[in-house]
Amino acid sequence: MCAKPLKKEPRQVETTGHSWDGIEEWNNPLPRWWVWVFVGTIVWGVGYTVAYPAWPLLTEATPGVIGGNTRLDVATEIAAVDKSNEAIKAKLVAADLTAISADEELANFATNAGAAIFRTNCATCHGSGAAGVEGKGYPNLLDDDWLWGGTMEDIHLTITHGIRNTTDKDARYSEMPKFGADEILDATQIAQVAEHVLALSGQEHDATLAAAGATVFVDAGCNACHMDDGTGDRMQGAPNLTDAIWLYGGSREAIIETVTYARFGVMPNWNERLSEDEIRAVAFFVHSRGGGE
Amino acid sequence: MWDYLKLAGLGLVAVLAAIAANYARDLAYQVNALTVMLAAGIAFLWVLRTAGDPKPNVQHEYFDSVIRAGAIATAFWGVVGFLVGVVIASQLAFPWLNFEFLQGFGNFGRLRPLHTSAVIFAFGGNALIMSSFYIVQRTSAARLFGGSLGWFVFWGWQLVIVLAATGYVLGATQAKEYAEPVWYVDILITVVWVGLLIAFMGTLLKRKEPHIYVANWFLLSMILTVAMLHLVNNLAIPVSIFGSEQVQLFSGVQDAMVQWWYGHNAVGFFLTAGFLGMMYYFVPKQVERPVYSYKLSIIHFWALIFLYIWAGPHHLHYTALPEWAATLGMVFSVILWMPSWGGMINGLMTLSGAWDKLRTDPIIRMMVVSIGFYGMSTFEGPMMSIKAVNSLSHYTDWTIGHVHSGALGWNGMITFGVLYYLVPRLWNREGLYSLKLVSWHFWLATIGIVLYASSMWVTGIMEGLMWREVDANGFLVNAFADTVAAKFPMYVVRASGGALFLTGALIMCWNLWMTVRAQPAKATQNSMVPAE
Repeated sequence: MCAKPLKKEPRQVETTGHSWDGIEEWNNPLPRWWVWVFVGTIVWGVGYTVAYPAWPLLTEATPGVIGGNTRLDVATEIAAVDKSNEAIKAKLVAADLTAISADEELANFATNAGAAIFRTNCATCHGSGAAGVEGKGYPNLLDDDWLWGGTMEDIHLTITHGIRNTTDKDARYSEMPKFGADEILDATQIAQVAEHVLALSGQEHDATLAAAGATVFVDAGCNACHMDDGTGDRMQGAPNLTDAIWLYGGSREAIIETVTYARFGVMPNWNERLSEDEIRAVAFFVHSRGGGE
Repeated sequence: MWDYLKLAGLGLVAVLAAIAANYARDLAYQVNALTVMLAAGIAFLWVLRTAGDPKPNVQHEYFDSVIRAGAIATAFWGVVGFLVGVVIASQLAFPWLNFEFLQGFGNFGRLRPLHTSAVIFAFGGNALIMSSFYIVQRTSAARLFGGSLGWFVFWGWQLVIVLAATGYVLGATQAKEYAEPVWYVDILITVVWVGLLIAFMGTLLKRKEPHIYVANWFLLSMILTVAMLHLVNNLAIPVSIFGSEQVQLFSGVQDAMVQWWYGHNAVGFFLTAGFLGMMYYFVPKQVERPVYSYKLSIIHFWALIFLYIWAGPHHLHYTALPEWAATLGMVFSVILWMPSWGGMINGLMTLSGAWDKLRTDPIIRMMVVSIGFYGMSTFEGPMMSIKAVNSLSHYTDWTIGHVHSGALGWNGMITFGVLYYLVPRLWNREGLYSLKLVSWHFWLATIGIVLYASSMWVTGIMEGLMWREVDANGFLVNAFADTVAAKFPMYVVRASGGALFLTGALIMCWNLWMTVRAQPAKATQNSMVPAE
């Protein structure tokens, strides 16, 4: 910057001669570098607008000598990726669901693609690590406890049609009655059956109430879905009550709330948002998280 | 006679507001109507109590009482705005701070517009109104035009702030960034702003100086352009005159374009041109040196005014906006770089021959750092408007960092400098209570801004890179939640930077309060003398 020795020059310029409330102004010239950079940006700007779409005319804008369009760029890039994945996607769609894991190339692709699809679409509810949200109705997909089944076919069906949604008539469906809200059971009976459920899962409970609750469990028809031993029924998405895994919480209060008001977890059908190869990839990804059957 | 007219008008407003409150269709409207009723009632009583009092002859004095009120309001709303900023920054870092009992009025979504509006329009707006009243009187050697019009502008603006703020918290918003106030608040803003224009223009017209000083060009361009932007962007039809809902006149990409034409020029004319007006008066006054270059001021003024108005589309890169509009927005933003820097050069070079004052005068230090941040953000802005850069920076925290280095650094620091300059003069005091406390404020604020801006650069660039990261098969590598988790430490740094900035502002308030309370009075007369 300071190539030439600094020397104190006497100030050449004058003020403009005006003064406002004691403020005066020097009549310094415009800094040269400022002028040149300003002119440079203008010249560049003119050049840029000649090169690219810029000036609006009556019906359309000037297309530019080089032209181009950022939306087109994105479409081109996506098309290129789609093209390079075309063959393997076709292979994935054609493959038998249970045979994917045997083909190393296909399994690698499905894991990669499935992970990306999961992070973009599924992570909102099931968490970016697929561990769900305990007690909030978002199932953990890493364990081997499955509501609607954990085979490739089961997972594929669940993702394709979803659960209890109104947009796909093939969605998996079941509905727990609101035993309290609809006055099927009274408060005492609910308290009893809750003790029974606590007993089923091996938690601390009142033995007398639980014994009465066992009767309520059968009389009210809980066993129709959850089975006599409380191990649940995957055909109806009825959870196993004997383990330590709880979709909506396993505390006394949470169980009473569940029995009183019931639960109605909904999952969208993904066949409208994802293609068959994407559904297969994400099903494979979920299946391979550790609990797949 | 005039008093009777005022009484009749205020009485009418109070009655109409009461009727409106009765028929209100939503809570926000009802609370706003009751607020207007209360304000009109208080004003009614005030006019009634003072009616017929002999008016002192003040025509040969500057109208400074309203500026004193403006200084108090600026400091007060500044602290409020910074405080809400620290709260929402903490809510972002620790989401549990969106307490269950706050849902619906105190959660992040409701508080965020409260913060932005409080800082821009309450703190910045009061600073601009106060400075424009002060500057236009001094540089015109004339009393503010319009009798007590200045008071109408001041109290009208405070009413706007209160109505907008209570409305946001209760859910009244037209969902346009930096233009959230609903239709009836927009009408009140228009009325108050026209009052400001009349007071300012009237004073300029009766000036005793032969020429109009450069600061006034900037301030007048701010007043005129903001009026135009406000009117066009808020074109809407109310759903009911008894409700806070409205339907926008424009829709789709046209609405987005109008919104960002407004949004960018709110930055350009409110926060840049207006504050440059402040700089052009207060920096030469505090430094006691002439402005560096008259030529530069005239060239960069017109270039800035002409170019800024085109730059809005850069807020809409990679959206439904046509390609040509994005190109123009980008090109004009880049050309805007030097016209913006003209103000920085003129501000900094005004110190030539007086750089030693930086050692002794912390107020000058504040002003210089402010101009430095101005220069930095007016370089950063054009750079971020380049499409290739924007594809990384858009929607990330980098934008937030950019805005805050401008708002905290440039607008905040220059306003603090102005308050330190004005308060001893407005209250006729022998200097500030403590220059040491000004130094403390300076360092706290500067470190706060550096923490804020650098943490937002880091998280902004990081999340931009994480969002665009794809693997060999073209699949996204990161979930959105992964980027949120990765930003946590930087969010804590940002909140603590904000807390430092707030602490500095509280120290300033204490210092200014003690200046008024404890400093000996200075025997001066407040009369108008045209400069030689």
